[in-house]
Amino acid sequence: MYDGGKIVFGLIIFVLIVTLPFTLSIGKDYVKPEPKIDTPEIQKLPEAERKCVESKEFMRTEHMQLLNEWRDEAVRLGKRIYVSSSGKTYTISLQNTCMKCHSNKSEFCDKCHTFAEESPYCWDCHIAPKENTQKEAKL
Amino acid sequence: MSDMDRRKFLKIAGISALLGMGSWSLFEVVTKEHLEAFVEKYKTPPEAMHAKRWAIVIDLKKLDEKIMHDCIEACNRIHNVPQISNPKEEIKWIWKETFEHAFPGMEHQYMPEEIKEMPVLVLCNHCDSPPCVRVCPTKATFKRKDGIVMMDMHRCIGCRFCMAACPFGARSFNWRDPRPFIKEENKEYPTRMRGVVEKCTLCCERLEVGLPPACVEVSNGAIMYGDLADPNSEIRKLLATRYSIRRKAELGTNPCVYYLL
Repeated sequence: MYDGGKIVFGLIIFVLIVTLPFTLSIGKDYVKPEPKIDTPEIQKLPEAERKCVESKEFMRTEHMQLLNEWRDEAVRLGKRIYVSSSGKTYTISLQNTCMKCHSNKSEFCDKCHTFAEESPYCWDCHIAPKENTQKEAKL
Repeated sequence: MSDMDRRKFLKIAGISALLGMGSWSLFEVVTKEHLEAFVEKYKTPPEAMHAKRWAIVIDLKKLDEKIMHDCIEACNRIHNVPQISNPKEEIKWIWKETFEHAFPGMEHQYMPEEIKEMPVLVLCNHCDSPPCVRVCPTKATFKRKDGIVMMDMHRCIGCRFCMAACPFGARSFNWRDPRPFIKEENKEYPTRMRGVVEKCTLCCERLEVGLPPACVEVSNGAIMYGDLADPNSEIRKLLATRYSIRRKAELGTNPCVYYLL
């Protein structure tokens, strides 16, 4: 092998760089993001109605697709009523339906989005519900 | 088997083969997706108002300063339209214009002063052949089935082709983040972000819940709306009895905002 040393040295550097995300996180604790769903609005609901438009599992993995679908149906086709798989109807609105219950954007949306380094542009236009900052809450 | 000749046998075999294949394809065509589509997941609200061709009629004789102010104010408040004083950056959905600016070519030196100086409310004309829709590269602006020229802010890339195409100047570009310029946010309606174009949407979000457009509501009868395709509609009767003009109709965009003189 010509220049074997150089090649092996290069390979080692390559492997080091590629595995950097793994080696850097050694020793760091994995903190699972726990979005909070205990807003006063949800607490007020009777036990039986404390459900999202679809199941928790569906919402956890598919909320982005559902929101995109909602967006297109409402804005482009004017269909502003969603019939969930359980047959219940909801008004399609991120600002006025989703966030009415989930009034804690920083403790709900942001928890996972920050963890996954996701920055969806929803809030550039849609107005997030006003939250008590932690200082205010303590007072 | 003696009474079945070869010809008859082939006939029966052929027909049953056809039937068999037919039913199989029927079985294949109706899949789960079709059944799911049968149960409608998205509906228009029952209180929504429908029309084949929405249009606006503005009675210039009834317009006065106060009504115009109220209309502009109501529109701005409901749609979170920012108030930017710099005319190069201002955002306008509905605004005031002088007669000669709104209707270039229709004014002349000797016309009555009261018409010449008549203030006019102008807004997006929701053209029947909207040039803005033709040039939009992302279909962010599109014409709905009911004639409303609508914006999908999610798709706008801020190329401003539509602004160049619109002969009425009905579109405004957000040169900066509009939020600091909104006096009081309407929490029910989104704002816009930097880098998108916006304009009047004929309050389609209000029509969809059975409410009249905001400007119509506060105009004290000076602005009317209705279905242009329905010969019995209120606005069609008005247009049939009174003389009306449109802005730059000679350009062929077929504007659907009519002004009664």
